[in-house]
Amino acid sequence: MYTRALIRLAIGLSLAGFATSALAASADDFKAAYAKAEAANKQAGAVKNQWTTTADELKKAKTAADAGKFDDAVKLAQHAEALAHASIAQAKEQESAWTQAVVR
Amino acid sequence: MLRKIIVAVAIVVGIAQPLLADNAGSPETDFKMFRDYFKSRFPKVPMNDFVNGPYSMDEGLRKQWKAIEEFPPYEFAVEQGKQMFATPFKNGKTYGDCFANKGIGVRQNYPYFDTKSGQVITLDVALNQCRESNGEKPFDYSKDDMASLTAYMAFTSRGKPMDIKIPNDPRALDAYKKGEQYFYTRRGQLNFSCASCHVQSAGDHIRTEVLAPALGILNAMPIYRSAWGGMGTTSRRLRTCNEQVRGVPLPAEDENYRDVEYYLSYMANGLPVSGPGARP
Amino acid sequence: MASTIRVRAVAGGDTTQVQSLIQHPMDSGFVKDSKGQIIPPHYIEVVQFEHDGKTVFTAFWGPAVSKDPYLKFSFKGAKKGDDLKVSWADNKGASDSLVAKIQ
Repeated sequence: MYTRALIRLAIGLSLAGFATSALAASADDFKAAYAKAEAANKQAGAVKNQWTTTADELKKAKTAADAGKFDDAVKLAQHAEALAHASIAQAKEQESAWTQAVVR
Repeated sequence: MLRKIIVAVAIVVGIAQPLLADNAGSPETDFKMFRDYFKSRFPKVPMNDFVNGPYSMDEGLRKQWKAIEEFPPYEFAVEQGKQMFATPFKNGKTYGDCFANKGIGVRQNYPYFDTKSGQVITLDVALNQCRESNGEKPFDYSKDDMASLTAYMAFTSRGKPMDIKIPNDPRALDAYKKGEQYFYTRRGQLNFSCASCHVQSAGDHIRTEVLAPALGILNAMPIYRSAWGGMGTTSRRLRTCNEQVRGVPLPAEDENYRDVEYYLSYMANGLPVSGPGARP
Repeated sequence: MASTIRVRAVAGGDTTQVQSLIQHPMDSGFVKDSKGQIIPPHYIEVVQFEHDGKTVFTAFWGPAVSKDPYLKFSFKGAKKGDDLKVSWADNKGASDSLVAKIQ
């Protein structure tokens, strides 16, 4: 249930770390990662299930990019994307899972 | 023999399935199950006391509340609401002209399902509709002006039993069901649903607060919250709850919020309006 | 215009119990508004209760007291039907007063 989303999040994070460790990130890398994260968060908005922490992470990513710290910025943007995906997964799961909680 | 057993088991399972299919309930059955749940969990709480939220769950809190109610902090809001009701709009009409019985003693009928527009109309929405149809700008749903109006209207209905109707219209039933779904759906990074706190953990503590039971939870709205040092409408509370579980709140009076208010208000049918309320 | 003061004084035995609720923002001067600007300090400095020409209770308030302050105290020497005068003054020079009958 929730653990599935958690596993996905953990995998996403570990892959993110592996991908960016080889080369230093550029401003373009950040722009791409940020755009992906924003798109995912917009999808979460479409299912009315955005998390406040996703927006916070996006903000942190932008702040890091503005300071020229593109490695950090990309990591943060990827984390934000993972959070957004987790929130979408939560919404999809809950569409059927909610009935289990109804008082009987 | 084995065949007979297999068939028997299959029949039993076949019959049992619909009983466990939770979504098949009608509002009437939901109502009974909801009420029975709280009755069995809190057998010592008188049915009408559930509308007092955390005070029905904790004796120490109740004593403090009784002391506060000697000089209720929402008095100013009720007074302001009364004045607003008495003040005509620029076109000469008043709030009373938009409501049955001049808006006095009608709060227990809200929200209702408007078959014309096909949506749930809460009291707050009805008040803004009244303003707009009389050439006035609508109020922010989370701010004091709206709270003063609903505080006054709630005050004139104090003690009256909630009387929410679900008309024989599939759209109304759909809105009710959507409200039920919203109530039980987990959201936010903390993965809580309304039910997580107000059904499963009703009467328990969340940090220093005692959690109110979902039964009759909206009967005291709008509330003066000591934590806010001011009044809060239903919209303000729902949106704050979303934020507290790290979910981005929807716009005030979003369809989801109206539907969940419809569902919860129906569940409280027969229980008295206790608003406006004072909460920690 | 409605008074900012709400008071209820009840005489019982030889003691009168007084409760009051005063409508006032009681801004401490430490809180910022939504635009990030400090909301200037605006709070009651003195509250006074008078009976029969004498002051029976004085409170010196400041920024630590919250919005719409509630006050409760008892005093001796009054009876039902007497007048009780409540008055306050704040740091901006505003004031209000009210005379209530002891019940």
